[in-house]
Amino acid sequence: MRARPLLLGASFVLAACGGSEKSATPATSSTDLTGAGATFPYPLYSRWFADYARKTGVKINYQSIGSGGGIRQLTAGTVDFGASDAPMTDAELAKAPRPVLHFPTVIGAVVITYNLPSVKQPLHLTGDVIAGIFSGEITKWNDTRITSLNPGASLPAKDMLVVHRSDGSGTTYIFSDYLSTVSSTWAQHPGRGKELRWPVGLGAKGNEGVSGQVKQTEGAIGYTELAYAVENKLPVAAIQNAAGAWVAPSVESATAAAAGAAARLPANTDYRISIVNAPGTGAYPISSFTWLLVYASYPNAVKGKKLMDFLHWYLAHGEAMASSLDYAPLPPNIVTRLQSRIDQIAVGATS
Amino acid sequence: MTEGAAPSVVRMDGRDRSPEPGIRGTAFADRVYQGATTLFALCIPVLLVLIAGEIAIAGWPTFRKFGIAFLTSSTWDPVSGDFGAAPAIYGTLVSSAIALLIATPLAIGVSVFLSDLAPRWLRQPVAFLVDLLAAIPSVVYGLWGIFVLLPLLRDPVMPFLRDTLGLGATPFFTGAAYGPSMLAAGLILAIMVLPYIASVSREVLLAVPRTQRDAALALGATRWEMIWGAVLPYAKSGIIGGVILGLGRALGETMAVTMVIGNRHEISASLLAPGYTMASIIANEFSEASSDAHLSALMAVGFTLLVITLIVNAMARWLVWRVSRDVGTGAA
Repeated sequence: MRARPLLLGASFVLAACGGSEKSATPATSSTDLTGAGATFPYPLYSRWFADYARKTGVKINYQSIGSGGGIRQLTAGTVDFGASDAPMTDAELAKAPRPVLHFPTVIGAVVITYNLPSVKQPLHLTGDVIAGIFSGEITKWNDTRITSLNPGASLPAKDMLVVHRSDGSGTTYIFSDYLSTVSSTWAQHPGRGKELRWPVGLGAKGNEGVSGQVKQTEGAIGYTELAYAVENKLPVAAIQNAAGAWVAPSVESATAAAAGAAARLPANTDYRISIVNAPGTGAYPISSFTWLLVYASYPNAVKGKKLMDFLHWYLAHGEAMASSLDYAPLPPNIVTRLQSRIDQIAVGATS
Repeated sequence: MTEGAAPSVVRMDGRDRSPEPGIRGTAFADRVYQGATTLFALCIPVLLVLIAGEIAIAGWPTFRKFGIAFLTSSTWDPVSGDFGAAPAIYGTLVSSAIALLIATPLAIGVSVFLSDLAPRWLRQPVAFLVDLLAAIPSVVYGLWGIFVLLPLLRDPVMPFLRDTLGLGATPFFTGAAYGPSMLAAGLILAIMVLPYIASVSREVLLAVPRTQRDAALALGATRWEMIWGAVLPYAKSGIIGGVILGLGRALGETMAVTMVIGNRHEISASLLAPGYTMASIIANEFSEASSDAHLSALMAVGFTLLVITLIVNAMARWLVWRVSRDVGTGAA
C-alpha cells in the first residue's frame, strides 16, 4: 500500500525514458506480471487480479494450468510467480533458478460427501474410519466402526462405492496428506500425493465428476473441495479433530485450523507446512494452505516492486474478499507475520 | 482413397513412371513447383518423426527403468514411482474395439440408406445431421455421458444385460453396475466415430458407378441383392478406409472417455467394470505431474500410444490393400 505511489511513479519514469537501462525492459504495456499454477484458488485470484488492476492499473495475467504446471513454469523461469496447492518439495526447490518463497494466500478444506437418503443428520466420521473406507477395509455402511460413531442414524446394509479424483489435484493431496497423518498404514500405502494408487473405487474427473457420481449412486462416498460442496449444497460429514471435537467443514473452521497451526509455528518458518489435523477445538482437520510461489530475488526491479506491492495488497485487502467466494481467509496472526516477510524479497540487480 | 479403390492394381505398377519424363523435360518453374510440393509433403513425415523422437527421448528413462514390465505391469503408483501401463493399453484397445463393433454396422446401414434407399428429399438433411455428430466437442459427449448415458446404463441397461439376458454367466458382464465402465466408454466412442465411418462410406457408395447398379438390376437382382452383391463389394476398400479413420479417432479420444470409463488401473474381463485408457492417463495426470519420473512415465505412455496407433493403422492399411486386390482380381 505504502509503496504503491512510489512504484507507479517509477514505472511512469521508466516508460518515459523508453528503456535507457537494462532493467527498463518493462513487460508489454498490457501485462505487468505473469503467473501460473493452481486451479483451486483461481476464482478468487481472478477476482483479486481484476480488482487490483482496477485500483492500481497493474495488470496481472494468471493462467490456471495446475499446481504442477505452475511449479514447472516457475522452475523454467517463464513466469514471475507460481501458485500451488501443495508446497514445493526440497528437490523441486533445488531445481529452481533462484530461491523460492512460499506465501500462503487462503485455506482450502476438503469435505467428505456421501449419498445416503436414509441419513438425515450429518454423518460423523473419524480419520481412522475415513482411511478404512478409502482403503477398502470398510465396505458396508452398517459396519460397526461407522454405526458406533453415529448412534441413531439408520445406516443401510449397503455396499459402499468409493469415488475419488482421477485427475491430479491439490484436493487429493490435502485429503491424502490428512489420511497419512492420522493413519500409519495409509502413510505407507497409498501415501500422500496429487495422484495415488487407489486401493478401491472409481476415478472421476474434477469436483463435478466426483459429486456427479456420488449424487447418482446410492451408497457412494467421495471428497470434494469445500467451496464446491457449499455452492452445490452437498451433504457433508462432520469430522473428529485432534482435540476430539466434531467439526463440520466451513470457512470459519478452516481458518480456525490455520490459527491453531500458526500458534505452533517457529519464527523462521518457510510456510511449507501442513495444517491437517491441526490443534484447536474449532479446527476442521482436512484443511490446507494454498500458496503463491515467488522468487526470493527479482533482478528486474520494476517487476519485483510490483509483485511486492501486490503481496501487500492481498494481505491487507484481498483476504476480506475470500469468504464471500467460500475460501477461508488467513487468520490475523498469520497475516501480520507474512506482511513483515515480504521485505525478505530482494529487488534489483544483486551481486 | 475412394477413386483409387478398384483400379489400384494398375496404379501400383504404372503410375509412378509415366508422367515424370514430362516434368523433367519442361521449364524451370515446373521443377521449382515440384521441389516445393515435395518439401511440403515431406514436412508431415518429418514432423511426425520429430514428435515421436521428442516423446521417445522424454519417455526413455521410464523404458530403461522398467523395460518390458512397463507394458505388462498393472501397477500405476505415482507416489512410489512405480509405473506399468498394461491396463491402459488393454483399455484403449478394448474400448476402441467395442466402438467399432457397434459403429461399423450402424454406419454402413446409414450410408446405404442415404445412398440407395432414402427418398431424395430426405438424403441431404439426414446426411447433414450425421455429419453434425462429428462437430460436437468431445467434452459435450462426456457431459452427456455422465448425465444421460451413465444413469441409463446403471439402471435399466446393465442389470438387463447381466440378469435378464443372463449374460452375467459369461465373464464379460459380471460384477456391480455402477455406470462408469468399459462398456460406457465403448458406447460413447461408438457414437463419436459413427459420423466418420458413415460419411466416408456414403461418399464411397455414391461413387460406385451407376452402371454397376444397372448391370445387377438388369440381371434380375432385387434391390437388396444389388446392394449386397454389386455395390457393397465394389465399395469395400473405401468403407474399410472409413473404419480406419474411425479407429484412429477412437484410439486417441481422450476427454469423453475419461469422463465415463471410471479411471481404474485394473484389467477386468467384465465390460461392466471400470478401466483406463492411455490418452486418459495423460489427460488426467499431466497437468499436476511434477516429478521427473512421473513426467517421463506419462511421456512413455504417449509414445506407447503412438506406436500402437501406428501398428493398428498399418495392419488396417494392409487389410485395405488385401481387400482391394481381391476386388481387383474378382472384378477382372
